[in-house]
Amino acid sequence: MGGMPAGPIPMEGHDFSLWEKRVDALLTLCGSKGFFTVDGLRRALEDMGEEAFEKYSYYERWIASINQNLVEGGHYTLEELGTRMEEIRVRGQTYGDANHG
Amino acid sequence: MPHDHHDPLSPSGHPYRQDNDEPLSYWQMMEIAVRELMIEKGHLTANEIATQIDAMDARSPADGAAVVARAWVDPAFKARLLDNAGAASTEMGFDIGPLNLIAVENTDKIHNLIVCTLCSCYPRNLLGLPPDWYKTRAYRSRAVSEPRAVLREFGVELAEYVTVRVHDSTADMRYIVLPARPAGTEDLTEAELAQLVTRDSMIGTGVPRRTL
Repeated sequence: MGGMPAGPIPMEGHDFSLWEKRVDALLTLCGSKGFFTVDGLRRALEDMGEEAFEKYSYYERWIASINQNLVEGGHYTLEELGTRMEEIRVRGQTYGDANHG
Repeated sequence: MPHDHHDPLSPSGHPYRQDNDEPLSYWQMMEIAVRELMIEKGHLTANEIATQIDAMDARSPADGAAVVARAWVDPAFKARLLDNAGAASTEMGFDIGPLNLIAVENTDKIHNLIVCTLCSCYPRNLLGLPPDWYKTRAYRSRAVSEPRAVLREFGVELAEYVTVRVHDSTADMRYIVLPARPAGTEDLTEAELAQLVTRDSMIGTGVPRRTL
């Protein structure tokens, strides 16, 4: 997207929430442990297409890419992921509740 | 204070983003699931994740500012910084990790600006996590095509004779701007000088404060 026309730069910021920090930490650890490289992160991000950059937030795209790289690397299966997410969904209504399950 | 009072702004002056009490999102579920699976399979530990978050939280632009202030007062250090910013920062006790770090010097004729057009590569080991605007499409798109207009949005007006150099970061190559020392600061100590160095002045979207 470098060089593409775009509007004014949005200056507002936010403090990172816990789940975003955890996504960031996951990426750093996956890199330092050699599970995949930042090139793998980028490849999956770019495969999402331009729409994903409009629709999803920064760390939402990151966790999607991290997940894809880990599944491709055989660290767990898509089925395991789906089963676990379903378990998490019924633990509670909020991130805090679901995380303590 | 009453318990039902919610401070609208965080200590950093930003609105709090609700995290633990919003409806659970699909992506948050995915984060929990990925983390739990990786821990259960022995690839990661919960402690490693917590330690990583603590290390990240501990980093702030004050680290970069200390490096800049040292370069302002110590010409030999400045030469080492411009030669190998990673090694020079490590010398001051900052962990730069495996990435290549390049310091680019602002002068009265050259102004440097840092961007990552691909993603969000940033000298996070010296500045902490990047501000939101650094990661926006607008900044990444326009920093390379109309840097002077972008700088004006940040309140930085450069004379025509000043050359603007835009540096596009990559995963392996990060940049940090060594801003020019403001005039009239000869009497300040190194610690005082560091207080003049803003985060944005090390990205190139700002200049140092002129006074304490």
